[in-house]
Amino acid sequence: MSLTRATLDNGLRILLKEMRTAPLISQWLWVGVGSRDEPGGRTGASHWVEHMLFKGTPRFPAGVLDKAIARYGGYWNAMTYIDWTAYYETMPAEHIGLALELEADRLQNAAFAPQDVDSERTVIISERQGNENSPLFLLDEAIQNAAFEVHGYHHEVIGDMADLERMTRADLYEHYRAYYAPGNAVLALAGDFDPDEMLARLRPLYEGIPAGPPPPRPVRPEPPPSAERRLTVEGPGETTFLHASYRAPAADSPDFHAFMALDSLLTGPSNLNFFGGGISNKTSRLYQTLIEGDIAVNIAGGLQATLDPYLYTLHLTLHPERDPAEAEAALDEQIARARARAPEAAELARAVKQARALFAYGSESITNQAFWLGFAERLGGYGWFEDYLERLAAVTPEDVQRVAAEYLAPERRVLGVYLPTGEPLPEEPPE
Amino acid sequence: MSRTAIPGPDDTLRAELPNGIVALARANPASPSVTLTGSLAVGALANPPGVLGLADFTAAALMRGTQARGMTALYDALESAGASLGVSGGTHTTGFHGKSLVEDLPLLLGLLVEVLRQPAFPAEQIEKLRAQILTGLALRDQDTGDRAGMLFDELAYPGHPYRLPDEGQPETVRTITRRDLADFHARHYGPRGLIIAVVGGVEPQAAIAAVRAALGDWDNPEQPEPAALPPLEPAAAERRARVEVAGKSQSDVVLGAPGPARSSPDYMAAALANDVLGGFGMMGRLGEAVREKAGLAYYAGSSLGGSLGPGPWSAAAGVDPKNEEKVIDLMLAEIRRLVEEPVSTEELSDSQEAAIGRLPLSMESNGGVAGALVNIEKHGLGLDYYERYPAVVRAVTREDALAAARRYLDPERLAIAAAGPPR
Repeated sequence: MSLTRATLDNGLRILLKEMRTAPLISQWLWVGVGSRDEPGGRTGASHWVEHMLFKGTPRFPAGVLDKAIARYGGYWNAMTYIDWTAYYETMPAEHIGLALELEADRLQNAAFAPQDVDSERTVIISERQGNENSPLFLLDEAIQNAAFEVHGYHHEVIGDMADLERMTRADLYEHYRAYYAPGNAVLALAGDFDPDEMLARLRPLYEGIPAGPPPPRPVRPEPPPSAERRLTVEGPGETTFLHASYRAPAADSPDFHAFMALDSLLTGPSNLNFFGGGISNKTSRLYQTLIEGDIAVNIAGGLQATLDPYLYTLHLTLHPERDPAEAEAALDEQIARARARAPEAAELARAVKQARALFAYGSESITNQAFWLGFAERLGGYGWFEDYLERLAAVTPEDVQRVAAEYLAPERRVLGVYLPTGEPLPEEPPE
Repeated sequence: MSRTAIPGPDDTLRAELPNGIVALARANPASPSVTLTGSLAVGALANPPGVLGLADFTAAALMRGTQARGMTALYDALESAGASLGVSGGTHTTGFHGKSLVEDLPLLLGLLVEVLRQPAFPAEQIEKLRAQILTGLALRDQDTGDRAGMLFDELAYPGHPYRLPDEGQPETVRTITRRDLADFHARHYGPRGLIIAVVGGVEPQAAIAAVRAALGDWDNPEQPEPAALPPLEPAAAERRARVEVAGKSQSDVVLGAPGPARSSPDYMAAALANDVLGGFGMMGRLGEAVREKAGLAYYAGSSLGGSLGPGPWSAAAGVDPKNEEKVIDLMLAEIRRLVEEPVSTEELSDSQEAAIGRLPLSMESNGGVAGALVNIEKHGLGLDYYERYPAVVRAVTREDALAAARRYLDPERLAIAAAGPPR
C-alpha cells in the first residue's frame, strides 16, 4: 500500500493511499481550525461553521448533495475538535467524483444564508442542551474552564451558551473566510483508486483557489500550572464521578509515546482508531485496585493527540457506597506508585502488543485509514502514524517512570467531583 | 480478499453440528486479525416472572471467572494478547463477540468455550458486578432518552414481554442471588440454536474444525425451546404519557408502534418506508421537517427494530422541553403523510439504491461480515441472501411501502412517550 503526496501551489497538501481491499474510497478534508482558535464572544464558531457547510453552496444547494451521497450508499459527516475540523465521505469507488467536487466547492463557496444561520442556531442550542443532560459534560466543562485560563482550550467545542445566543451571520462568515483556505487544509484519500489518476482529478478542482492570507492564530500559551485546583459540580442523579485531569504532553512531544505506555498501564490501551473497536481494561492498574477494591464501578483514561499540551483525564465512576475522599486517596496511591517506581518490562511489552492489535483492527476500515492520513499530517506528518508502534516499542520502563513523575505531579492537575443532589427515584413495585 | 466483499455461498462455509450448533466461516486473507461472533438461544424472554434482569445479569457474569481461572486470570490472558471477548444479553438471544490477532484465535476460542460452558459465578465478583449494574441502572434512570424509550415500550406493548426492560430494575437486580445465576445458566445455556461465525485471516475449513473441536461435545438435555411470544394487543386509541426527570436541559420524545419481525414478508417494504420517513440522508422526512426546516432538534429520525419478534417502529427526537408538543405534532404529521399517500417514485428509488450501496461499506470489516453471517442464519435468510439483496430491495413497490406503513403505523393509535424536566 503506497503513499502518494503532493502540495499544490496554493499550499493544499494532498495525501493518497491506494487500498484495494474493498471497492470503496474515503475522502477527508482537514481544516486547521478548532475551538482553540476562538476568542471570547466567538466560542463555538468553528463547530457552527461546520454545520453551515452542510447547508449548501450556489452550485450544490442543501439537500441535493445529501441525497446524492446517500443514494449511492455513501455516508458523510464532519467533526469539530479543539484543534481541527474534518469533513469526510466514504463512497463506492465509482461514485466518488461527486464528493471530490463537493469538498473543493464548499471550501470556498458555502452560502451561509441568514435563515439557515437562524435555524442552525436553535439546532446547536438543542445539541448543547442535550450535552448538558449528561453529568460528565458538566464536569468536564468545569474542569476545562479551570485548567486553562488563557489558552483557547478553556472552552468546550460546542461553545458557551451566551455566544451561541448572540453570534451573528457576519461573525460566522468571517471565521469561515479566515480559516477555510487551501494553505490551511489537508486533503486525504484512501481506497480503491490509482494515485496518479486521482491526483489528476483533484488538481483542477483545487488549483484555481487562491492561497489567501495566513489564518489568524489567536492562541495564547497557557502558563505552566502552579497549584492543584479543585472543584465540585452539583446536579441531579445518585451517582458520583471523580475526574483527575493532568496537563499532558502535546502529540509532538518526545514524551508522548512514553505517556501512551503509562496510560496503557494505568487504564488500559487508548484506542486511537476512529473506526475499529478497543479492548477491555480489566488488568490495568486502576481497574485492579479501584474496582477490585470496591472504590469505583468504572474507570477510564485517555491521552489525546493534540497540538498544544491538553489534558490527560482519569475518569472514576464511584461505587455507590464510597465517597470522593476515599476514591481520591485510592487514586493517589496508584499515582504515587507510578511516579516512584519503574514498571516491569513485561508490563510494557504487553502495552506494545495491545497497541499492535488495535492497529490491526483499525487497518480493516478504509475510512479509518483515510482518517489516519490526515490526522497524522495535522500532527506533523504521516510518519507520526507509521512510526507509532516502533516509537512505542522503544519506550523504556525508566521513561515511563520519568513521565509519570513529571506529568502526574499534583500541581499539574484539576480535581473535579460531580456530586449528585437528587434523591434516588421512587421505586416502582417489580412486575 | 474478494473485491466485491459480499459473502455468498461460494466463499462462506456453513456446518451444522450434531448438537444443533451452526458454524459459519469466511476468509479475509488480507486481514491480520480474526473476529468470532455469535448468539445463543436465550434472552430476557426466559426471565422468570418478577425476576427482571436475570438473563442480562447471567450473561454479564459469565466473564467474571470460570472453573479453570478467576476473572483476573481470564482477562490477563485476553488483554495480554490485545484480544477482546464479551457476552451480553438481549431480549431473544444472548450475543458474544470476540476479536484477536490471527495467531491468538486458539486462545480466544478456548476462552469462549470456558466462559460459555464452565462459568464459576464467584460470589465476590458477582457483588462487584451487581454494584456496576445498579450504577448503570441509576444512570439509565437519569437519561431522558432511556426513560422515553422505556415509557414508549410500556405504552406500545401492554401485556407483552417487550414492555419490560431487559436490564431489569434496581429492586429486581438487588434480589438476584448467585444461585439464581448458576441455575439460569445450567438450564438455559446450551448448544441448540447457537450460531457462531468466524471471519478473518483464517481458512474457513480450519475455523469450522476448531469450532467443532471446541463445542461439538456440548450437550444440555434440559435446554428448553425458546418461549413463544404472546399475541400483540391491538391498540384501541392513542396512548400518550410523559415522565419527569428533574434538572435536565433537554427532553426526548419517542413515538410509534410495534413493527414487523425481521422474517416477516413485508419487512423490506417497512424498512424502505422507514428510511423515507426518518433514515435517508440526514434522517429522511423527519430530519427535514424537524431539524432542517424548523430548527427544533439536534436529532430527529426513525428506526425499525424488527428482530425475532415484532420490534418497535418508532420515531425519536431530542428537543427543548418547551417545544415537545410542537415537535410531536410535526412528527405525527409526517407519519400521517406516510400512511395517506405512497412515497414518491424518487424517494423510494433513493432509499432502495442507498440500501444496496451501503452493503459493501457494512462489510469492510471482519466484524461487519461476521455480523452479517449471524444475521443470515438467525433469520433464515439463506447464504445467498446478500447476493440476492439488490433484487429483494428493488422488488418493493410504492404500494408495498404504503401497505406496510398502514399495517403498522396508525396515526390515531400510536404510543407517544416523552421524558424531560418538569414544566
